[in-house]
Amino acid sequence: MYNPRGIISLFLKETWRFLKVSIQTILAPVVTSLLYLLVFASVMKEHPAIYSGIEYTEFLIPGLIMMAILQNAFANSSSSLFQSKQNGSITFILLAPLSSYEFFLAYVGSSIVRGLCVGIGVWMVSCFFALLPVNNIFVIFWFAFIGSGVLGALGLIASIWAMKWDHVAAFQNFVILPLSFLSGVFFSIKSLSPFWTKVSFFNPFFYLIDGFRFGFLGVSETFLLLSFVISALFFLLVSCFCIIMLETGYNLRT
Amino acid sequence: MTQAVTISNINKRFGALQALKEINFSIDQNMYFGLIGPNGAGKSTLINIMSGLSHATSGFIEIMGYNVRSNWRKARQSLGVVPQELIYDSFFTVREMLRLQSGYFGYGTENYPWIDELIETLDLTDKTHENLHRLSGGMKRRVLIAQALVHKPEVIVLDEPTAGVDVGLRKVLWHFTQKLHKEGSTILLTTHYLEEAESLCQKIAILDKGHLVALDRTRALLEHYPYKLLNLTYKGHTFDIPGSIKSLIVDAREGKLTLKLHRIKDSIGAVLAAIHSCGIHIVDMQTIEPRLEDVFRDFTENNHV
Repeated sequence: MYNPRGIISLFLKETWRFLKVSIQTILAPVVTSLLYLLVFASVMKEHPAIYSGIEYTEFLIPGLIMMAILQNAFANSSSSLFQSKQNGSITFILLAPLSSYEFFLAYVGSSIVRGLCVGIGVWMVSCFFALLPVNNIFVIFWFAFIGSGVLGALGLIASIWAMKWDHVAAFQNFVILPLSFLSGVFFSIKSLSPFWTKVSFFNPFFYLIDGFRFGFLGVSETFLLLSFVISALFFLLVSCFCIIMLETGYNLRT
Repeated sequence: MTQAVTISNINKRFGALQALKEINFSIDQNMYFGLIGPNGAGKSTLINIMSGLSHATSGFIEIMGYNVRSNWRKARQSLGVVPQELIYDSFFTVREMLRLQSGYFGYGTENYPWIDELIETLDLTDKTHENLHRLSGGMKRRVLIAQALVHKPEVIVLDEPTAGVDVGLRKVLWHFTQKLHKEGSTILLTTHYLEEAESLCQKIAILDKGHLVALDRTRALLEHYPYKLLNLTYKGHTFDIPGSIKSLIVDAREGKLTLKLHRIKDSIGAVLAAIHSCGIHIVDMQTIEPRLEDVFRDFTENNHV
């Protein structure tokens, strides 16, 4: 027995919530990415091409789109759930006949929608700087979907674990931000020292961004299949961990 | 007939604190049941275990025959909880929130007429498009009640629903809960307004320090209470009243005495004769039957386990 209408209602509530404040949740991250583009595209114009025939701006844009997707998917689930925990309105959801995985699906589903909305927004404004080729739309969608799913789940984990806003911010600033900045958004990881190149291969965000970039440019720093597999496994791992947290009621039910 | 609520051997520990100890009782269907106790007695903990917000350390609870752990979907479907705190989601209007809440319980548009009925009954019609954070405390309380009833639960738990509510709204809320009860709902009420518990509840459980110290029909609790009060208005001085009578005095103001008499051990005639023999002239007298508050005080002040 399951509760599909319950999942849809919670998903709609979470999606509706961020759409009600779309200036903050969609427009602002698009503008932030636009600023990154303005600065990096002009400063790094003379940067030698990472892949032959591909300008630095073209290399940068898919990374920026994916970074915006990841950060906003995380922000969506983490801020919504933590706010509900803080003001007590999580009670309404905990009283409802919704299982842990139904709860998970609704929250992560909404994070994916927000991630995709922001991603499409950044892609649209990036057209003023460079018109990206589309090598494979399915690959683009897959990595955008998995990436926002992973970060949506991580947002849930952070907000379940957190006891105060400071904890959520710490998770974002000390885990999400370094992992996304050091994943090859702005540069090729092969341009790093051998040690940091090796370290970067242990960063799951690298595979998300590298695979996503392949979807546009048709080139990548590692095998596409490897990025597929590692992204899927990471999503599975994070999802299981999150569902176990929900199932045990950790920091939600006493 | 299935019990509306069955609470069996419930224990709950928070670290070293034993919040609930071996709680056992059941609530018949269509009963207006009162759960009272001082702050920290364990009332909210018990309600949280019933609703799945908390897990018991041992024991089990069934709502309409459904175990809250093993058959939690049906148990939650059968239960509506009005929480004590004025909680709300500030992103939504009244109608949006009620429709979403109805959706969590698996209802769709077919439930909208019931939502409209709740809105009308709880006098929220003017506020349906208001954001929840703009509402007054009383209005927020009404919305909480509507949210608890949106899935038409058989058992309704009201956790101190009138805390911080003005007299007018309190009356409205009590009237509404009586209406629900008449329509067949089982109601579990916790309140600090004991007069209201006495007049509304058919059966009462008293919790104190995690123990169930009393459980009976409200009338039986009052009838079995072994004391009654005697109010006297007098003229004269009370210096010479014998010690045996002085020990019965619970309140003394100028010209007035209140004595707590044991129904069997203390004879009113003997007490009056003893007072009269001290030269005190009794102008008026009145016996007062115990109220729930007296019973409550007796149980919670004398049952230190």
